[in-house]
Amino acid sequence: MPKLTVNGVEVEVPAGASVLQACEEAGVEVPRFCYHERLSIAGNCRMCLVEMERSPKPVASCAMPAGDGMVIRTDTEMVKKAREGVMEFLLINHPLDCPICDQGGECDLQDQAMAFGQNDSRYDENKRAVEDKYMGPLVKTIMTRCIHCTRCVRFSTEVAGVTDMGLLGRGENAEITTYLEKAIDSEMSANVIDLCPVGALTSKPYAFVARPWELRKTESIDVMDAVGSNIRVDARGSEVMRVLPRLHEDVNEEWISDKTRYACDGLKRQRLDRPYLRKNGKLSPVSWDEAFAAIAAKLKGLKGAEIAAVAGDTVDVESMYALKGLMTALGSPNLDCRQDGAKLDATTRAGYLFNSTIAGIEDADAILIVGANPRWDAAVLNARIRKRWLAGGLKVGLIGAPVELTYEYEHLGAGPQTLTEVADGKNAFATVLKDAKRPMIILGMGALTREDGAAVLATARKIAESTGMLVAASTDADGNEIPAWNGFNVLHTAAARVGGLDLGFLPGKGGADVSGILEGASKGKIKAVYLLGADEIDTQRLGDAFVIYQGHHGDRGAHRADVILPGAAYTEKDALYVNTEGRVQMGLRASFPPGEAREDWAILRALSAHLGQALPYDSLDQLRAKLRSENEIFTEIDVAPVAEWGPFGTEGAMSDTGFGTTVENFYMTDPISRASKTMAECTEVFVLPKQGRTGTEG
Amino acid sequence: MSGIDIAENQPESFAFTPENEAKAEAIISKYPEGRQASAVMPLLDLAQRQHDNWIPLAAIDVISEKLKMPKMRVLEVATFYTMFNLKPVGKYFLQACTTTPCWLRGSDQVMKCIKDKLGLENHQTSEDGMFTLLEVECLGACANAPILQVNDDFYEDADYESTAKLLDALKKGEVPAPGSLSGRNVSEPEAGAQTLLSYKDNGAARTYDPKISAGETGEK
Repeated sequence: MPKLTVNGVEVEVPAGASVLQACEEAGVEVPRFCYHERLSIAGNCRMCLVEMERSPKPVASCAMPAGDGMVIRTDTEMVKKAREGVMEFLLINHPLDCPICDQGGECDLQDQAMAFGQNDSRYDENKRAVEDKYMGPLVKTIMTRCIHCTRCVRFSTEVAGVTDMGLLGRGENAEITTYLEKAIDSEMSANVIDLCPVGALTSKPYAFVARPWELRKTESIDVMDAVGSNIRVDARGSEVMRVLPRLHEDVNEEWISDKTRYACDGLKRQRLDRPYLRKNGKLSPVSWDEAFAAIAAKLKGLKGAEIAAVAGDTVDVESMYALKGLMTALGSPNLDCRQDGAKLDATTRAGYLFNSTIAGIEDADAILIVGANPRWDAAVLNARIRKRWLAGGLKVGLIGAPVELTYEYEHLGAGPQTLTEVADGKNAFATVLKDAKRPMIILGMGALTREDGAAVLATARKIAESTGMLVAASTDADGNEIPAWNGFNVLHTAAARVGGLDLGFLPGKGGADVSGILEGASKGKIKAVYLLGADEIDTQRLGDAFVIYQGHHGDRGAHRADVILPGAAYTEKDALYVNTEGRVQMGLRASFPPGEAREDWAILRALSAHLGQALPYDSLDQLRAKLRSENEIFTEIDVAPVAEWGPFGTEGAMSDTGFGTTVENFYMTDPISRASKTMAECTEVFVLPKQGRTGTEG
Repeated sequence: MSGIDIAENQPESFAFTPENEAKAEAIISKYPEGRQASAVMPLLDLAQRQHDNWIPLAAIDVISEKLKMPKMRVLEVATFYTMFNLKPVGKYFLQACTTTPCWLRGSDQVMKCIKDKLGLENHQTSEDGMFTLLEVECLGACANAPILQVNDDFYEDADYESTAKLLDALKKGEVPAPGSLSGRNVSEPEAGAQTLLSYKDNGAARTYDPKISAGETGEK
């Protein structure tokens, strides 16, 4: 623990910390461009120069390890001159195009030139010009602005795990580019836009759209996957302009996937902005009262068992809770939140959570992935596995369809047979898991959305128990506490899933699950189906049932609906979501739903009154208070829970079919991303060519 | 002028000759397991020598596969060093040094001669495909400045006339002996050796003569 003095303040920093980190510890701001906490150190921008006692020259603080007894100064004439000099050099070839630059207003170079530069340049010669590069449909390049900090190169190599980016040439001729100007083939590629300290890499869909100071910033939660990435939604008026990541060390660090970032343009298209009612086979706009009256007329006289409800993948906890309340009041046991038919078991909470937590991946030393493609199922979580893999000593095994991941793995087998071998200790990887201190199993939806899903779940549970994945808290010889470890993890793909399971949005006694509901509807046993944002089911099989669709996009569900109730998308409501770890998080409203659309819980509350079964709350606060009194899981916001281990899964025979993966196209998984133009472009550039190569294309 | 000059017409494939393949394996085996990427520069050089003094992208692919490193990393190395050519060059690849010592000793005259004789500017190749000019930084032979490097050989102490003579000879297909164009022995003073006179000139190398060493004035 070296102790050093920064501007007369003594600080102690962990061994291996840099002088720059010591300065931050002392509360001293050091300007920088190339240095980034989460990337390797390059030391090439020289902006972080500080004065060190007994050093004749200023030192680059980001690359200088903090040593005991160092005396650092950042407030001297030497440092001021050094910063001015570096800034002058950086600006020699940087164009003065801030007025037309999208980075303007949130540009590190602009800010630091104001704070640390001079107001004049002594350079009269021509500035250099660099040709712009193609980097795909998301990243726009204006390479003349580049200052060669190489953050983007280090990010794509280290975090995203693609090696396409690099710095070609040298000196004045240096240029950042991708290999032969290919698009950056990564689900995390757009993070380079945030990392770029200047306007060289900017957002293509957001080009010339808005200025940062015009935007209203709202902190929210992403629903494109089950990671629950923390996001900031920037809106102007009623329009969501862009989505940016928000720092959360335990969830997404400071990255988000490209879908999270760019699907937001889908919020403007295909929206349901008024209620519709099917009259003579055609959907026509009606008033809320007419729509409610039509539903009331239809449901009147139906028995509870003849009504069913399915909750979609992006819906919030409150609306599911309201719908569950309504269905219970109507006497229907036919509820399900598992559109994909995953055989998840809600009896034990630990049986459907990512128990190790996302941050816990960094402690793991052996991971068995079963029926998942983490890169597409949860891109940000995959980056965490890569981070752990880069640190060394991690063994990864995969059972299921071989997929392209950003780390090396051993492909153990295709299906349940291999899984049984591991469970029985007959596979070599079982020994790897047993020998590991912190072994993990990641069970994907590809393994659970099968007929034998419950048996797969039980086998996975057996592996967790037999290979020592459940470690109780203990203290070591020195009296240090070793925290408990639960290596059993379910990787969900739907943002609403864990919340739904926590609420018990599941078939009641004698109730039908999703396949039962579809079966019943096609046979005419179930006469009315309430789809709450549920678009991923086979709507063909709904038969002649009366379908009420509540949601925000005119997608599959709405096309089949008899009544459409326009709801709010995730950026348009205050709502709770539970991520795959079981972490309850709160999203805030960034803009209002379009037209006559309303917040979802409020629609259900209003409908319940029309049906004569008024739900016992009149405001979101009252709803939440009631929800919390019934289920204390929702009391604590943003806490990764520790779930008790218990029995789950049903032992049984498993088929020989290999595990598949559920996400077929990363860029289009829900109504919002399906309506997004940007996601369509990404699909064309990244997904279709690959599918063409493997011969599985349409 | 962009520094990244990659040929537009690329050959479809590249493979090391069996002889060079063996050399490549020998080079790679010098480095410890897991550090094979260190062999990237000698391998690029090998590919360049095999392929008319330039490296096609197909060779980058071959090398990246051989060393298990990303193509981009190989290309970065190949573009960083001016010694690697990524597009065809003339039969005689002229590298004229214009760094301070060479410039003080008249590298401008060398450049002017090349311009007059061949009509070449920096980075240009003559129409007959005989010559390519590249202005380079210090070649590390400042004692014999200015330097003009032709393929692998240094021609030293160049001035306008001697450069013209050299270029004429090259045009005719003759390759003059490399070394000082002014006729001096390696980097001795122009007027001949001033020190270590006890060493007798014996061709290029000097041998020790004990008589001179003892103080007797010997013949130079």
